[in-house]
Amino acid sequence: MSQSKEKISGAQIFLECLKAEGVDTIFGYPGGVVLKLYDELYFERNIRHVLVKHEQGGVHAADGYARTTGKVGVALVTSGPGATNAVTGIANAYMDSIPILVFTGQVPTALIGNDAFQEADIIGITRPCTKHSYLVKDVRDLARIIKEAFFIAATGRPGPVVVDLPKDVLMGEIPRAAFHYPEEVNIRSYKPTVKGAVTQIRKAITAIKRAHRPVMYIGGGVVLSNAHEQVRELAEVTNAPVTPTLMGIGGFPGSHPLSLGMLGMHGTWYANMAVHHCDLLIAIGARFDDRVTGKIEQFAPHCKIIHIDIDPTSIRKNVRVDIPIVGDVREVLVELNERLQVEAIEIDWLEKHREWNEQIAAWKREQPLRYAEDGKLKPQYVIQQIYEVTGGDAIITTEVGQHQMWAAQYYLFDQPRRWVTSGGLGTMGFGFPAAMGAQIAHPDKVVIDIAGDGSIQMTIQEMATMVEYGLPVITCIINNQYLGMVRQWQTMFYENHLSAVDLMGGTPDFVKLAEAYGGIGMRVTKKEEVRPALEEAIARRRPCLIDFRVDRDEDVYPMVPAGAANVDVIPQPDPVVHR
Amino acid sequence: MRHTIAVLVENRFGVLARVAGLFSGRGYNIESLNVAETLEPGVSHMTIVTSGEDHIIEQITKQLNKQIDVIKVVDLNDKDFVDREMALIKIHAPADLRAEALRIVDIFRAKVIDSSPKHYSIEVTGSRDKVEAIINLLRPIGIKEIVRTGSVALQRN
Repeated sequence: MSQSKEKISGAQIFLECLKAEGVDTIFGYPGGVVLKLYDELYFERNIRHVLVKHEQGGVHAADGYARTTGKVGVALVTSGPGATNAVTGIANAYMDSIPILVFTGQVPTALIGNDAFQEADIIGITRPCTKHSYLVKDVRDLARIIKEAFFIAATGRPGPVVVDLPKDVLMGEIPRAAFHYPEEVNIRSYKPTVKGAVTQIRKAITAIKRAHRPVMYIGGGVVLSNAHEQVRELAEVTNAPVTPTLMGIGGFPGSHPLSLGMLGMHGTWYANMAVHHCDLLIAIGARFDDRVTGKIEQFAPHCKIIHIDIDPTSIRKNVRVDIPIVGDVREVLVELNERLQVEAIEIDWLEKHREWNEQIAAWKREQPLRYAEDGKLKPQYVIQQIYEVTGGDAIITTEVGQHQMWAAQYYLFDQPRRWVTSGGLGTMGFGFPAAMGAQIAHPDKVVIDIAGDGSIQMTIQEMATMVEYGLPVITCIINNQYLGMVRQWQTMFYENHLSAVDLMGGTPDFVKLAEAYGGIGMRVTKKEEVRPALEEAIARRRPCLIDFRVDRDEDVYPMVPAGAANVDVIPQPDPVVHR
Repeated sequence: MRHTIAVLVENRFGVLARVAGLFSGRGYNIESLNVAETLEPGVSHMTIVTSGEDHIIEQITKQLNKQIDVIKVVDLNDKDFVDREMALIKIHAPADLRAEALRIVDIFRAKVIDSSPKHYSIEVTGSRDKVEAIINLLRPIGIKEIVRTGSVALQRN
């Protein structure tokens, strides 16, 4: 606490600004240069500081918090290794456009550039993977910078903002009367486009009226923009099928008859067929990523493309677009839906798209999502049980790999902001701390991390944080004792040369590990044990690891191999699988 | 195809690094980059000469616009513009070549700004083509060192 009431320190300004922004939680890890900040936090009643066990976990937790609430997540780390440990988390948020603020301590301004103890040029290191960053050189700039940082993180295409706080700035003081948190922010060089151009929206409506085989392709932008109701309205009014990307899952109800399931490399066979044969592709808040398009020259060859996105750089980056609409996805759809109601009032959409929807239903019957039943415990079965036991209503985070794809295929989300996965960067170790962040934000919900046995070991130390703060995250380890996705590629494309993917010798006993941390550990080896284990874990409301020993050799299907076209998607092979 | 792009930026710490990093990170090439303050306090003007197909240039201008500290981006190729660059050229100028060197300097309305028994230093300002031309003519005489500013450009009205 500051000695003098007439002066206010940088550290105090920091906390006052965060409170003015409505921040209630900081995920952090202390260190030398931020001692002043932690001294102020000692007295702070209105902001909860969650002490993590690794800075990467702290940033992922802020990320999971942001994804499940729509608010800006906040992480605080110290200088040097604290900051560099945060880089993966920052890059992860950048790739998925998640609004987080990462405050990094820094050595005193006089020592910057001097190779001081625990000094790192974090601004330089994170320049390519932040939406923006600030080095605060004067305590008088601190309040304005924090205001701007929150604004930049949360608006336009969201993204991580790093604010570097030198020790002397945190210790510096200004007269208390001179501090006020700015009411408004005015960055003349940053004015994101929110409303779509009316001429473009009109063109889009004309195209929609003309199309006979439309598909709505929705991405993470729909979730970030909170546009799920507008998407649903458009789909239901026009009777158009909807396919989400990995990041768009939850943006349209997965159990809805118009849902095609995910498209792309491990999407459903029928979603890929629909996109290939459509005559109008309405891309909403998606960026035509390579996991989705497959061989780009052969992606969606027969259609006009409408592309609605807030970021102009995503439009025409990978594919030619016929009708680009730059703007906030929700705002654009509100306008589009309104106009459509008026202009297309006489159209019988059901009839217009009947043949198309019948074709899609036939495709769904031809190649449904399925897996072999041969008595072994299948990972897909475990996911299905998780879905059923939770009523499709839990918050699910995942790690990266085969289990992630199965989770995307078999857990249907009818609401957005329940599905938390690392799409762009594909970071193993993301889901566990992200689940922690989600649980803090939603103490009463069931939060489940679906993990692989490789991924879980990347950020396992946050188990201690979960136990300490009483966060009843349930981690379902889909344990095939392999780095599964890499193993699958080695089997398919490298003549089964299993190189550095076998985890059988090098995995701890997860049950004992959970108990060592003070949590609950369970092991499941048989089908009939799955459901009871899940029900028990949910009932006990304590952090829990469940080790599901699944079939080692199960592969993810459908699959579009790298370099192949989506139309050549390989469906689940029939029972006799060759090796 | 070569493009000259004019960028107005906030003169803030790290802006130049961000722009340069944007180019290098995405594999776009920078032929030249020139930046200095404008009359408006806190605002700097950058002239970037880059090359690539239309599709790449479109991405470059969009990515530049996306930077928080970038105020405005104009691809001057779409407009009429004048551009100038300056070069300082140090040439070998032994007795038998001095006259020829001075003739070339005169033709290009360049200036000798430094002289020693064996060398001349020449200052030349002009369009890119003009600067390239004088360099080519001086090359047979023997160029010891060149420093160039890269283009600065202004839209015609």
